[in-house]
Amino acid sequence: MANSYLTSESKKLATWYFTFAAIIFGAQLLFGLVAAIQYVESSFLFEVLDFSVARMLHINALVVWMVFAMFGSVYWLLPDETGIETVGIGLGKLLFWIFAAAIVVVVLVYLFIQVGPANETSIWFIHEGREYIEAPRWADYGITVVALGFVANLYMTGMKGKQSGVVTVLMADMIAFAGLYLTGMFYTDNITIDQFWWWWVIHLWVEATWEVFVGSIAAYGLITMIGAHRKVVEMWLWIEVTMLFGSGILGIGHHYFWIGTPEYWWEIGALFSALEPLPLVAMFIHVLYDWGKMQGEQDAQGKEMSVITNKPAFTWFVLNAFGNFLGAGIWGFFHTLPQVNLYTHGTQFTSAHGHLAFFGAYATILVGMMYIGVQGKNGIKILNNTTSTIFATSMIVGGVLGMTVALTVAGYSDVIISRAQMGATWEGYFSAQTTTWLLQGMYWRLIMGAVTFIGFLFLVKDLLTIGKAANHVR
Amino acid sequence: MAKKSVWSDNRFWQRTAAWITGFASVLLIWLTFDTSGQIVMGNDADLQNGVTKRVPGPTVINYKITYEMDAKRKHEVPVIGEKEMFFGKDDWNEEEAAALLHLGKLASQTKNCMNCHTLLGNGAYYAPDLTKAWLDPAWQETGPMQAMTGKSTKEEAMAEFLQNPSKYPTHARMMPNLGITADEAKGLVAFLKHMSSIDTNGFPRNFGKIQGAVNGK
Repeated sequence: MANSYLTSESKKLATWYFTFAAIIFGAQLLFGLVAAIQYVESSFLFEVLDFSVARMLHINALVVWMVFAMFGSVYWLLPDETGIETVGIGLGKLLFWIFAAAIVVVVLVYLFIQVGPANETSIWFIHEGREYIEAPRWADYGITVVALGFVANLYMTGMKGKQSGVVTVLMADMIAFAGLYLTGMFYTDNITIDQFWWWWVIHLWVEATWEVFVGSIAAYGLITMIGAHRKVVEMWLWIEVTMLFGSGILGIGHHYFWIGTPEYWWEIGALFSALEPLPLVAMFIHVLYDWGKMQGEQDAQGKEMSVITNKPAFTWFVLNAFGNFLGAGIWGFFHTLPQVNLYTHGTQFTSAHGHLAFFGAYATILVGMMYIGVQGKNGIKILNNTTSTIFATSMIVGGVLGMTVALTVAGYSDVIISRAQMGATWEGYFSAQTTTWLLQGMYWRLIMGAVTFIGFLFLVKDLLTIGKAANHVR
Repeated sequence: MAKKSVWSDNRFWQRTAAWITGFASVLLIWLTFDTSGQIVMGNDADLQNGVTKRVPGPTVINYKITYEMDAKRKHEVPVIGEKEMFFGKDDWNEEEAAALLHLGKLASQTKNCMNCHTLLGNGAYYAPDLTKAWLDPAWQETGPMQAMTGKSTKEEAMAEFLQNPSKYPTHARMMPNLGITADEAKGLVAFLKHMSSIDTNGFPRNFGKIQGAVNGK
């Protein structure tokens, strides 16, 4: 980490996390491309790197890079928010290396061993075969230790230093985030109980604790990047927490419609998950409102300058505010009511929602944090866009939107034919898969996936070189 | 001067957030207890006495399972009927059936079924949903799969297919060979049969009821 303007060890550690996250982000896209090619040309890498393996790597890499970037974001903002250096930074660095090494081992095992015999040893050392949290049992314990260490550092620093609203929310949120992982760490022969608890991890992460995390990061970003007033931002943050947890916790019911759980989840899931878009609207309005307000104050003073001190990062934060609402809110609401979900459950529709929601709600803001890291590391007062920033942002956003639209179109075929008309049988499934709508949808998804990947290459180039560009205010 | 409003007070919103979160969490935990009681696996006695469980016991593999419209609930439910042979016998005892299901569930995870198929509608969308696969018309006497695999029963046809999936391609997109042994295949079929007996509130709708031409195919 030569030529760094960073004096805070916590921020240096954050840049390690961001770097590793970006590498895994690339891996996520690569394996996504493999899986996308297989939809179009099923013989591609057949019995070499099968769809199941590519897809497992695709979604696991997604979870891992986001968790890394989230840890990094917290280590980045802690010194600013608490006014002190992060406590236990040595432990933080040690855990980083343990975490990164464990991930590399897990990935290599996924890639080269792929499947094992049906016994507990496979569950312990290869993978658990449970979507999103496939990590083998040994890694589960490792992740738990790493997460606890991270939470301990957050708590020690938060309690020793100044405890802002942002830090308070993060402290409450991150302990829930770490604790929930434990509910996905056991084996049962009863698949209904299995999936019941599995959703405690997946849903209560991405539709509750991660969303609150995003709210906190957005609050931090507004304060640091446009100088929004802390009082307003933190009040909004508490309102967002109220709405996010108020709707998201019981919104878990929309995963309990069809897995063997009782009928009352229809009503609970429908009601609370239908409310889930509300906080996302609020977050979007909040970001734009604060931006307009701060710019307006500056305009009133007769200054013809943008209030934004980090253009690329703020762009990604605004994309987050809108993408979260669009991907998680709108695309989620599309199929959250049981009357609709009976037919859309487990189709390409779900996939369309998954892509836009993970991107809009999480990828965007975490990429924004990476730009904040680059700004700090290079000691830049006002970071402006470069040509690569524009290419990276527009290609990634355009690519993901394109994939989402393609998958949504494919989803209509899937829903109408394989679910509504033919009731999800083998024949119904393949009848849908071979329709023109679905086939063309998969071609477009592949093309748009490639666009996203090229955008990612621009992003990497930009993150590595933007600090050297001449158009910043230093 | 007017008093400062509580609505713009951060402490007020912090407390509101805490109360709402606490309330939602308590409600979720309470519902979890209720649901847990309802989704515990039944046992052999339940099956013999005709006690309906949302998740029946493993010995359900000894019985014929159908998926029928329930007049009261207005959607289809699995119906456990008379005894039926499963791999040559219809008297799998509780231990044997549980061991077979255990092997099958382990195989479903270690072979990573969920990253191509959906199970109870959850997973990936690269291959057919397996929730009611046991009841799929394709595997019945009238379907193509028994003749294709040269087997005369559904369970044997499924087990044969699982062991050599790429030997029996039905479409350009094939299932890869996952090194599934004969025992694991048997376990997986038991797992699928058991899963088809779970009361999924009518998902999937109209399973196997409508066949034939769709979109001119």
